[in-house]
Amino acid sequence: MFNLLAQNATGPGEVLEGLMAIGAGLGYGLAAIGPGIGIGTVVGNAISSMARQPESAGMVRTTMFLGIAFTEALALIGFVVFILLLP
Amino acid sequence: MNLLALEFPPVNHLFDWPSIWFEGTPYAINKTVLIYFGSVVVTMMIFGLAGRQRESLVPAGVQHVAESGVNFIEESVVMQTIGPDGKKFMPFLTTMFFFILFSNITEVIPFIQFPANSRMAMPVTLALVVWVIYNFVGVRSQGIFGYLKNSLFPPGVPKVLYIIVTPIELVSTFLVRPFSLAIRLWANMVAGHLLLVTFAVLSAAMWGSGGIGYGGALILSFPMLILMTGFEILVSVLQAFIFTILTAVYIGGSMHPEH
Repeated sequence: MFNLLAQNATGPGEVLEGLMAIGAGLGYGLAAIGPGIGIGTVVGNAISSMARQPESAGMVRTTMFLGIAFTEALALIGFVVFILLLP
Repeated sequence: MNLLALEFPPVNHLFDWPSIWFEGTPYAINKTVLIYFGSVVVTMMIFGLAGRQRESLVPAGVQHVAESGVNFIEESVVMQTIGPDGKKFMPFLTTMFFFILFSNITEVIPFIQFPANSRMAMPVTLALVVWVIYNFVGVRSQGIFGYLKNSLFPPGVPKVLYIIVTPIELVSTFLVRPFSLAIRLWANMVAGHLLLVTFAVLSAAMWGSGGIGYGGALILSFPMLILMTGFEILVSVLQAFIFTILTAVYIGGSMHPEH
């Protein structure tokens, strides 16, 4: 694939730009995997604890948002890298 | 004039608005600055008007908004994280919550449709203010050596592990906290704005292409645009809440070490 890209590009700058775009897209996709699993775990456990003890739902919800916020930071850093790498 | 979202702006104006007044000076005013002025004025109006009104037992109108906002911050932010002695941070946390909320919610208000917090300046400023406040609170309530000891050498860790734990705590407490606080707010707003713009442009382009495009716009992209607008209202409120509650958690952690 890279040979084909290199043949059709007019200069070395274009290959670099294309590779940077591919890297940005792949990087964001990879960065979203872990936080996706993590947020799923956080929310799933919060729901099951809310279902077991509905009277503690308020406290669990606050803690759940905190956990989501901490986990989500990784995905957002991936998003920032995606924007920075975009040619 | 590049102020109202009456037609699609050029793509490089998605986030980068041209100056309207005082162009070329450091005090140049563009749409983002106007939105910030608007949210400051609205926040001050709500609490100013509610404070001037004669107290009534059954709150109505603006007093209701202010009282439920203060009550919400008190019960689900301050009492959950800092405790009763965090009441003195109530004014700071409440005004910060409303300011962030009003400058986020412009993302979905028709004819404005730009989240002011998708520019990095104000999230960074707020995060630095929070950084200064929680460090100041920590130094004042534990003394400078106590604060450094409690935040760099957390108790209950085997002595050998301090070789690993202390650098991690140093980086995470003093560098990553304000960074992630600012990035979280900014990146959520940028992502939301990009999503809304994508689906709006898609709907308009499909509708404009005629023929089969009408059906595509009606079935696929326009319902998605409505759905995403609702989702972005949720995200705006949630990000204001998360910024406020993380501030409260950091302040609480500096006030009471080792719960």
